[in-house]
Amino acid sequence: MFPKKWVLPLIVLAFVIPLLRPWMPEVVSNYRLFLVSTMIIASIAVLGLNLLTGFNGQISLGHSAFYAVGAYTAAILMDKLDMPYYATLPISAAVCYVVGWLFGKPALKLEGHYLALATFALALSVPQILKYKWLEDLTGGVQGIVLSKPEVPFGLPLTEDQWLYYYCLVVMIVLYWAANNILNSRSGRAMMAIRDYHIAADTMGINSARYKTVTFGISAAYTGIAGALSASAIAFVAPDSFSFFLSIKFLIGLVVGGVGSLAGSVVGGIFYVLVDNSAQALSTFVKNDLGLQFDLSAYTVFGILLIALMYMMPTGIVGGVYAIVQGVRRVRRPAASSSATSPVRDVAANQQRP
Amino acid sequence: MKKTNRRTFVAGASAAALLTGSRVAFADSGKKYSDGASDTEIKIGHTNPYSGPASSYGVIGKTLQAYWKSVNESGGINGRKVNFITYDDGYSPPKTVEMVRKLVEEDKVLCCFNTLGTPCNTAIHKYMNQKKVPQLYVATGASKWGDPKNFPWTMGYQPDYHTEGVIYAKHLLANVKDPKIAVIMQNDDFGKDYWNGFKEGLGKDAGKVVKHVTYETTDPTVDSQVIQLKDSGANVFFVIAIPKFAAQAMRKAGDLGWKPAIYLNNVSSSVTSAMKPAGFDNVQGVITALYLMDPTDKQFDSHPDMKTWVEWMKKHNAEQSLQDASNVFAYSVASLMHETLKKCGDNLTRENVMRQAANFQKFKLPLLLPGITVSTSPTDFYPIQAVQLSRFKGETWELFGDIMHAESS
Repeated sequence: MFPKKWVLPLIVLAFVIPLLRPWMPEVVSNYRLFLVSTMIIASIAVLGLNLLTGFNGQISLGHSAFYAVGAYTAAILMDKLDMPYYATLPISAAVCYVVGWLFGKPALKLEGHYLALATFALALSVPQILKYKWLEDLTGGVQGIVLSKPEVPFGLPLTEDQWLYYYCLVVMIVLYWAANNILNSRSGRAMMAIRDYHIAADTMGINSARYKTVTFGISAAYTGIAGALSASAIAFVAPDSFSFFLSIKFLIGLVVGGVGSLAGSVVGGIFYVLVDNSAQALSTFVKNDLGLQFDLSAYTVFGILLIALMYMMPTGIVGGVYAIVQGVRRVRRPAASSSATSPVRDVAANQQRP
Repeated sequence: MKKTNRRTFVAGASAAALLTGSRVAFADSGKKYSDGASDTEIKIGHTNPYSGPASSYGVIGKTLQAYWKSVNESGGINGRKVNFITYDDGYSPPKTVEMVRKLVEEDKVLCCFNTLGTPCNTAIHKYMNQKKVPQLYVATGASKWGDPKNFPWTMGYQPDYHTEGVIYAKHLLANVKDPKIAVIMQNDDFGKDYWNGFKEGLGKDAGKVVKHVTYETTDPTVDSQVIQLKDSGANVFFVIAIPKFAAQAMRKAGDLGWKPAIYLNNVSSSVTSAMKPAGFDNVQGVITALYLMDPTDKQFDSHPDMKTWVEWMKKHNAEQSLQDASNVFAYSVASLMHETLKKCGDNLTRENVMRQAANFQKFKLPLLLPGITVSTSPTDFYPIQAVQLSRFKGETWELFGDIMHAESS
């Protein structure tokens, strides 16, 4: 498990660094703050998927749909009702919870890859539904909706991007705190019990149908909040923004970061934004400096990295790092090794499911 | 003589700088630069889908890269090398925002040029105008790019779809007796722009559209739509579709033995990607509007522009196809950017780039049809507004009638 003593210093650091902008305008540039904000948003979306897949064992390829619903709910509320951007978050979350819960109901009958296919259909249909002519007045059809960026409130001496960063950061911290509490509660243990062996869970008296649908709802709500944040950050929504590939990216982030690990969701979110952005630079590097004549797309890089990671760190980056740390400890303190491999294994190491 | 010239230039330039109130770095001898320009270099930003579902447009980006490379090899523009920075946005608007912010804030480009896609450009439209960075000659034909009043930093390039739709409507009303019109339309903003223009052109005759159907780019075929259209008893068929579906629609109409007067949007005028797959028998007499020379059109084989282009392609861009009209498009739009920067001289400020872009009078751009020129002004941000109708005959297009100047105000 992620050492608790690191959490507070990391949060303090995350709050202080952007304030260094006046002294280091090149290092802490607006663009970089914006990029980190998109990473934060990505990690919230990956966390949403992780709650469902990592902790409840239901596979979803349809989270881009919930992301889109969240983004559009926020955008429509801001566009049609002039709602302030922060007020849209709880409403987006509620709408996505309901959508996710409703989708989770019939999905109960589906297991494993059948569920993956059903959610896949959802991901494909939502961009089309957004273009539907009856909804066009609301969604703007293919044209999408152009929004305004969040303004800095109370005359604070911050730039727009600094403010956006803090806004996303606070939302993320609240959501991670909530997720951590859910997982460490009775309900969280029930979710994981269903994942590990649902017949045993049923026997123990856990209402697995209810937990599965509720988890689907919560997971959708988390991803929907990420979508609503992205609508504010990008200040534009269009059906093209929510293609099926977005779902794949969430899934890649999840697998790479660490399935069933909260810290893994953060790493996963950061990873997919980073790779997405640097894949092209890598491609030109391969082409111009190494002289190899082929185009590497972002997805090629994703693929190669994924295969490499599956060999070297089958439990994701967080799981892998954790295993290394454990190994080092064992070597250092051979006496304590017996307790480290005691039956109560750690959550991060235990919660890996393919 | 020389001295006075320079002095007046400096005076005028500094007056202009004072008026616009911009942050301009003064160098000696009256050279002025914004971010992204210097004595040795001009940085231009670009986004294009090289990966993802729209990666077929990647050709345009590659040809643009080849163009600027060849410009640099022959000495650059006014002694400055062009640093053309192009990023992949995968046709995803959020990605475009990210990449364009990188171009403007990190790479500090002088301007963005030919960014591709209507949704992608919409996503950065406001940002570019807030930052006052030129967003020039965007690669989309939507009509909203020529709005200098509200968006003085954005300019389109090709004739807009709306105007083209008006032209077809006017032509068919004048030439087809008792028209009953069937329309197939791609269900997105591209399709709707054409459709709105077409309806506007029909005016009070809009009721003559007897059937209007749509398709999605994810559809496998448009066969069922074409059958519906045929059953409506129409004698005019307006095809608003990208090449793949245009070819399917015209082929199906032919297979069904339906012989309406077909109007085809310019986007699908490519002989190799639309007309040939549709079957030459099925597309005789089809009418479209052109503004660029088609590389497969034999009548331009001896035209000097086409000769230069073929030579250039062989020398600098040999990987790409000589049949592909996208390469003609990329070459012509890059030539316009080249000319704009050349006209800026040593005054490479963003203000001046826009001023020069809005100051073309009947400029003869390579590979435009003979008689079509580029004209812009501070109130006219549509560089190309003329097209010529042409009819398909044999295996190629045959231009007819006059150049039509549609001033969409």
